[in-house]
Amino acid sequence: MSLSKQQVQHIAMLARLSLDDRDIDEVVEKLSSIVEFVDQLQAAPTDDVSPMAHPMNQVQRLRADAVTEPNERDRVQQNAPSVSDGVYLVPKVIE
Amino acid sequence: MSDGPESLHLQTLSELSAGLAAGDFSSRELVDLLLRRIDDNKSLNAFITITAEGALAAADTADQARAAGSGGPLCGLPIVHKDLFCTAGVRTTCASRMLDNFVAPYDATVVANLANAGAVYLGKTNMDEFAMGSSNETSYFGDVKNPWDASKSPGGSSGGSAAAVAARLIPAATGTDTGGSIRQPAALTGTTGLKPTYGRVSRYGMVAFASSLDQAGVITRSAEDAALMLGAMAGFDERDSTSVDHPVPDYVSLLDAPLKGLRIGIVKQHFDDGLDAQCAARVKEALVALEGRGASLVEVDLPNLDLSVPTYYVVAPAECSSNLSRFDGVRFGHRAEDPKDLLDLYCRSRAEGFGPEVKRRIMTGTYVLSAGYYDAYYLQAQKVRQLISQDFKQAFDKVDLIAGPTAPTPAFALGEKTDDPITMYLNDIYTIGANLAGLPGISIPCGFSDSLPVGLQLVGPHFAEDVVLRCAHQYQSITDWHRQCPENFR
Repeated sequence: MSLSKQQVQHIAMLARLSLDDRDIDEVVEKLSSIVEFVDQLQAAPTDDVSPMAHPMNQVQRLRADAVTEPNERDRVQQNAPSVSDGVYLVPKVIE
Repeated sequence: MSDGPESLHLQTLSELSAGLAAGDFSSRELVDLLLRRIDDNKSLNAFITITAEGALAAADTADQARAAGSGGPLCGLPIVHKDLFCTAGVRTTCASRMLDNFVAPYDATVVANLANAGAVYLGKTNMDEFAMGSSNETSYFGDVKNPWDASKSPGGSSGGSAAAVAARLIPAATGTDTGGSIRQPAALTGTTGLKPTYGRVSRYGMVAFASSLDQAGVITRSAEDAALMLGAMAGFDERDSTSVDHPVPDYVSLLDAPLKGLRIGIVKQHFDDGLDAQCAARVKEALVALEGRGASLVEVDLPNLDLSVPTYYVVAPAECSSNLSRFDGVRFGHRAEDPKDLLDLYCRSRAEGFGPEVKRRIMTGTYVLSAGYYDAYYLQAQKVRQLISQDFKQAFDKVDLIAGPTAPTPAFALGEKTDDPITMYLNDIYTIGANLAGLPGISIPCGFSDSLPVGLQLVGPHFAEDVVLRCAHQYQSITDWHRQCPENFR
């Protein structure tokens, strides 16, 4: 199945990727070729097959609900593009 | 091989370890020599960051520990890390503009385990951006050259690690393998590349691409060295929720057990059309050699092999789109200038920070997980993954290992496949199955096709790294393909 320009723009928005008008035709073409390629999965008979989420079909291990990590906010925030008084700064969200 | 210190770069980890133990040279002398080689061969572009100062200091510490009789099993041995393992205080870029300036506040478990064993790391290697690629051409820092022919790709995504080991810049390098990213570059560079069982080695501190497929491993110049490295890297880690609590054997001590009685499966689909004729011939010669060591060859069937690449290109992008949603321009990573609002900040930071292939995979993953398409693509791919996994299970009822080609062709030209994502994806046809089923696999050199190395792949059942390594080691004990060195790097 090939994708339309509108579909690709919708996917890009869901993925939070701005898409340049100059690039859109190429993105549509390449994404369509990938979707067409994976379409061959549709023909596989899988009626009684359970989906596999883990390569050994294992379930998630749980741990005790206890605090194990120290507070390292200042160190971690050294990688942040913009912080002030220990909080991350972003453009104004609520007027 | 001559005995002078000038030829130390040709030695394997095991040989270097013996030399250090005998006092023939110090770790500092060795590290110093390799740092100079790395510097002299910058045109390969195998490295993103070189950590000379830290490496020399660690080498001095290792020399002191050895003198005091307290060194670990890798005491003073030089290695490098793929640049997606977090290293405290040293930047970790994943070869992406997104993480160009990212300095992890902690070490990955793999990095910590190898440091605790005494290994000294000299730098961080180039790779495909976020490990998404099979040619090392998606790196923000430029492609890596194949030491056998600079016009060719070293494979990917662990292309820098493979090129550095092949060019004798370093005896061992860490790598990661999500769909073949250790084994395929090992095949294309004539090195030995081991991908362990899923959960065998901790993923903590490995920047995530596809969490149900990612596994850390090594690229070395011999199976013996891979065994030595795996012993230090492997083991349960409570910080990785999918780490498996399974005993770690002494892999090196198990290498010499006889191959007599070993049943090796040959997959008929492996030798269908897509395989280069010379690669097929080299692999068949290797199988005959293994038969000569007492192994028996048994034909097995992997009927869904053709579906492994499309299955992977649904599952891996789906997990990638979810994992890479953390890059938002807020907490770490690239941030766009002058965002007009929060949405603009997200969309432009991500569009500017990620390269085209990473964006393609995020968008593919977003599509297959989106409302209306989830069942048709993602759920169906998870079911086919189950079928592929069952095929392997049935094959391993009959055989101890599966042997075949690692890649369909030897190294291809840089630029040759960049226009068509599907052609690039099909390069991983023989390796992806082991990731979908979580199996251990190794690629070892088994000859040449027009002067370029060819890889033999061995895949075993879960946690059969010992069998995989033993078979690879014994093949290397009767051949010298793994000792062949590209002409300009002797």
